[in-house]
Amino acid sequence: MNVKNILNEIEKVDPEVYERLDTRRSAMKQFAGLAGKLATVAVPFALGGMFKKAYGRNTGTDTVIDVLNFALTLEYLEAKFYQLGNAAATGGTLAIPAGLERNTFTTIGAHETAHVAFLRSAITASGGTPVAEPVFDFTAGNGTGTGPFMGVFTNYALFLAVAQTFEDTGVRAYKGQAIDVDLMANNDVLQAALQIHSVEARHAAQVRRIRKMNGGLVPAGVDVKPWITGNQSGIMSAAVQASYNGEEITNQATIEIVGINGQAISVTDASEAFDEPLTKAQVLAIVDPFIV
Amino acid sequence: MPKIITSGDETLLSSISESKALSRRKFIGYSGAAAIAMAAVVSSCGDDNNTTPPPNAIDLGSGDVGILNYAYALEQLEAAFYIRIFASPYSGGSAGEMALLADIRDHEIAHREFFKNAIPAASRIQDLTPDFSSINFADRASVLGAAKAFEDTGVSAYNGAGKLISQTATGMVYLTLAGKIVSVEARHAAYIRELILPGSFADSSVVNAQGLDVAATPPQVVVIANTYLTTKISASNLPTS
Repeated sequence: MNVKNILNEIEKVDPEVYERLDTRRSAMKQFAGLAGKLATVAVPFALGGMFKKAYGRNTGTDTVIDVLNFALTLEYLEAKFYQLGNAAATGGTLAIPAGLERNTFTTIGAHETAHVAFLRSAITASGGTPVAEPVFDFTAGNGTGTGPFMGVFTNYALFLAVAQTFEDTGVRAYKGQAIDVDLMANNDVLQAALQIHSVEARHAAQVRRIRKMNGGLVPAGVDVKPWITGNQSGIMSAAVQASYNGEEITNQATIEIVGINGQAISVTDASEAFDEPLTKAQVLAIVDPFIV
Repeated sequence: MPKIITSGDETLLSSISESKALSRRKFIGYSGAAAIAMAAVVSSCGDDNNTTPPPNAIDLGSGDVGILNYAYALEQLEAAFYIRIFASPYSGGSAGEMALLADIRDHEIAHREFFKNAIPAASRIQDLTPDFSSINFADRASVLGAAKAFEDTGVSAYNGAGKLISQTATGMVYLTLAGKIVSVEARHAAYIRELILPGSFADSSVVNAQGLDVAATPPQVVVIANTYLTTKISASNLPTS
């Protein structure tokens, strides 16, 4: 990481970056002072704090810390979900088959817990305060415990359906945040976000594969693949549809993908080949019923 | 293009155990290559750009267009690989497996053609000639081992390239597109990994203790890509931060 390069790059698009950071000297001094106090791994995120102070008052734009706290909220949701699911499996109340499937959810749960820890430390290192973990209602009932996914920790097919929805939504959420201007201005935080994004996609593919093997709550005639076909959820529940709407597009940056350059690329292929982002507002609307 | 499907229901483990010693060695060789790639990534600190490009290598260019050419080169390689699989499909893959591999082929063709149209002709690199002579296309383990290396490398390449894209309005478009593609590559990687070893979709060879996937710099990725290319490419003018 080269701090000077990052500042120089930002100066190209924002000539007033140093004024925002008070002066070049004080900015560099501030960074040097922080760097001395932080563990090496946390140093990149100190930049986030510096930029937050510089750009934090920009209206209509989330700061890096806002983005990280948004991501943290989603990771809390996922981490708690697998924690409860895995505990129910161990306790014998959720029938996750031993072997591949139990191991899969142990692995995924460990990753989500690691993401929570990583994001919390990144936020703290950036001079921010991690949001507290919300209270969740995994039935999506806004605290009633009687939402559309009632029984999610006793009915394995339902657990799989919710897991798939969380993972596919997580992929779309990170994708939507990547172009936040403050995130783009911070190479290290942007890369870390991308590194989490692709892990969520690996999770999504695996949960989908397990759902295909399990077959529960899969509508007749629907093939659940590791990738998303059209705007199909592959789940017999209208409650998850918002997580899949918009995935069906076949035109990318004004370039039509179906039959592109004479190739036999179908509507199905074209929709599957590109995953689509969701805005923060869209994601918050999707997860709102899960947060009490 | 019709989806070519072959029948067969051998599991991977029996396929590996029954394969010839040569195939096993090739399979292990590919795993080793992936491990070396990952080790290189782990030891990197993001700014090393000290790989000497091969003589007469095709210059990917500079700036955002250079990054697009970089992605275009990787997608050309992946598409050519999956097309080659279906020229003479290996035996031992189930119908479902071959159908999903045909999906992956079509996704990679879509990616390749997208970049071809997105990059202005004057700045676009030429069509690359692949060299897949190290892959035994008659052997399932050899093909899947190579597929895993291509997909994991692709994911690491996009993860490492995002920060190299400019902070401009067009840069935002490119970063979004890279994001739309990389998660599909990660889905491919997870699926291929499950075919090779169930449970390895996101194992510790690609996801670290912090839950982060691999990110690689263009020079690191180009070294791997060039082992599969007759016409070599050079990342020496790409952005480094």
